[in-house]
Amino acid sequence: MSADVDLENVWIKFGEFVAARDVNIKIKEGEFFSFLGPSGCGKTTLLRAVSGFLDPSEGVVKIGGKDMKGIGPNKRPTALIFQNLALFPLMSVWENIAFALEVKGIGRAERRKRADELLNLIALPGQGDKMVHELSGGQKQRVAIARALAAEPDVLLLDEPLSALDLKLRQHMRTELRVIQQRVGITFIYITHDQGEALTMSDHIAVMREGVIEQVADGTEVYDHPETAFVASFVGENNLFKGKVSDVNGQQAVVDTNVGRLRARLAKLAKERQLEKGDNAFVFVRPESLKFANGVDSENRIKAKIQQEEFEGQFWQVFLNVAEGTKKVKMSLVNDGTALQHDVGADVTLSFQSDLAVALPEGPLAQE
Amino acid sequence: MTTWLANFYQRNGTALSIFLLLSVLFWVFILIILPQLFMMDFSFRHNLTPAEIGGAKDVYTLENYKYMLYGSAQAAGDYNTVDLTVFARTLIAAIFVTLFDLAICYPIAFYLAHSAYGGAARLMVLSLIVPFWVNEILRAFAFRIMFGASGVINDFLIWVGILDQPYDFIRNDIALYAGLGYAFILLMIFPIYNTVESLDRNQIEAARDLGSPWWRIHWRVVIPYAKPGITSGCTMVFMLTAGALAAPQILGGPSSLWFTQIIYQWFNTGNNWPQGSAYAIILLATCIAFVLIMMKVFKVKLGEIAR
Repeated sequence: MSADVDLENVWIKFGEFVAARDVNIKIKEGEFFSFLGPSGCGKTTLLRAVSGFLDPSEGVVKIGGKDMKGIGPNKRPTALIFQNLALFPLMSVWENIAFALEVKGIGRAERRKRADELLNLIALPGQGDKMVHELSGGQKQRVAIARALAAEPDVLLLDEPLSALDLKLRQHMRTELRVIQQRVGITFIYITHDQGEALTMSDHIAVMREGVIEQVADGTEVYDHPETAFVASFVGENNLFKGKVSDVNGQQAVVDTNVGRLRARLAKLAKERQLEKGDNAFVFVRPESLKFANGVDSENRIKAKIQQEEFEGQFWQVFLNVAEGTKKVKMSLVNDGTALQHDVGADVTLSFQSDLAVALPEGPLAQE
Repeated sequence: MTTWLANFYQRNGTALSIFLLLSVLFWVFILIILPQLFMMDFSFRHNLTPAEIGGAKDVYTLENYKYMLYGSAQAAGDYNTVDLTVFARTLIAAIFVTLFDLAICYPIAFYLAHSAYGGAARLMVLSLIVPFWVNEILRAFAFRIMFGASGVINDFLIWVGILDQPYDFIRNDIALYAGLGYAFILLMIFPIYNTVESLDRNQIEAARDLGSPWWRIHWRVVIPYAKPGITSGCTMVFMLTAGALAAPQILGGPSSLWFTQIIYQWFNTGNNWPQGSAYAIILLATCIAFVLIMMKVFKVKLGEIAR
């Protein structure tokens, strides 16, 4: 059984410190929803509010339409997977998994049977009698998930579960988690600071900064159509050009920057935040949107000097200096087998398509 | 062993190493082992006057140990029921006091380790420790005054209306058990506190999140983890209670005789040190055996207790 989760006007304060500021989120049942943000932005606090370990200072947390105020974590239809997993070291793997069933008073034979079923679900068949410390990081991760699933929650809450794993395992687990979620069909609420995870796994992402939700949208929206400078700079990599708006026409803004006059798509924003002539603006261009200019009629021409070229396997990462060396810009070229046309130290001209860049009002950026 | 010694020297330098080794040897050998060896030796000797020592009668004997079983009668089939009863009662009473202490101290230790913060925690720890700055014998006397006919407890119970006239707590051994129970609680609280404190709080939260009521969290998650601390605390309280002298002397009623008091009598008024030594060795051996059996039963290793 699955349930939707609503956060309505939720404020969470610890004395003077505001951990969550007027959070309004609607999470549909059965969806994979991620909270994405840097450390300390309040996402773990929100998770604890949903799971029942703390109550919001103001506002309402609803699960399945029911107000959860005053209902403790052991009574809520949620299960939480902790960042450090918190598996019980003195119990075997199957006892860990079957703990929620033990709580319900189910008999030993039945518990063992269900634990074995869950072990199959998480692809660890027959490992039930091992002790927790005998497992690898990825295996422990899966046992934690099975333990939570055994409680048959309506909502599964995951607190940065993959942060302790190495790269390959993390990528493997991303797919695994998504598969498990779709198989079991319950709502997943996932917390992470890794936007790669959020983008690949989620139906919707809420990007958070210092207790405030900056944008809620699906992966492509958040990546291609960021609504604030923070979202643009936090999700993926982005080159930033600061300037002043000299003209606004229709969907486009013309911005004067220290690398020249740039045209970019206007971000879709609320009326009161819309960019107007004379405003300070940030123009964001993704590294993969930058190209070497060919011919005279490429738009948005920028003069640059190549400083460094890094080979990453799939991509060439080219680092250039613009605006007489005062600014660094990053360009990603797909490794299609052809050699790079230009060497380090060469003077080149870059170009990008206007509708691939976005102009946003100035605002706080992601920390480097 | 030699590599360990070599490393030890390397790390600490010659002078310091020699000093450390000598002090440990002095402490262990002269202050602990030697007295015990003397006692053991004594227990196997006759009770001789100073003139007879080194003379013809100075031979080893088992008669002090036999006395414990058979008493002065030495007749076949007749057991020293008085001493044996006291011995058994002392041990059983020590077990009860240990369990009672465990029941009180586990919640206190857990609360201190996991729930109390800042000022409240400090106040609790202080209120636990400060009474122990007072000498053990004086504390026993304080309990005697408290439980006496005109003491605080009787006054309070009469005032509240539960009693019409003062109840003799001392004759009924209630004062004794209260005093013994209190005497060693620090030795029960702190080992448990240390182990419970190192328990990852997330595990308790995880168990709670999975729907578990509090009693099951303790039974399945906390207590198994705290087992070394619990065993350590119980061992110490049991040994010290079985060997306690001040509390039974001061708080005990006429009917309660503690085995240690018999030993005291042999040394003091009975003027029979070998007999007293034998009794002391018997008590020591029994306590050690008991603790080892308990460790086996509860599957705790010595190393864990030492922690």
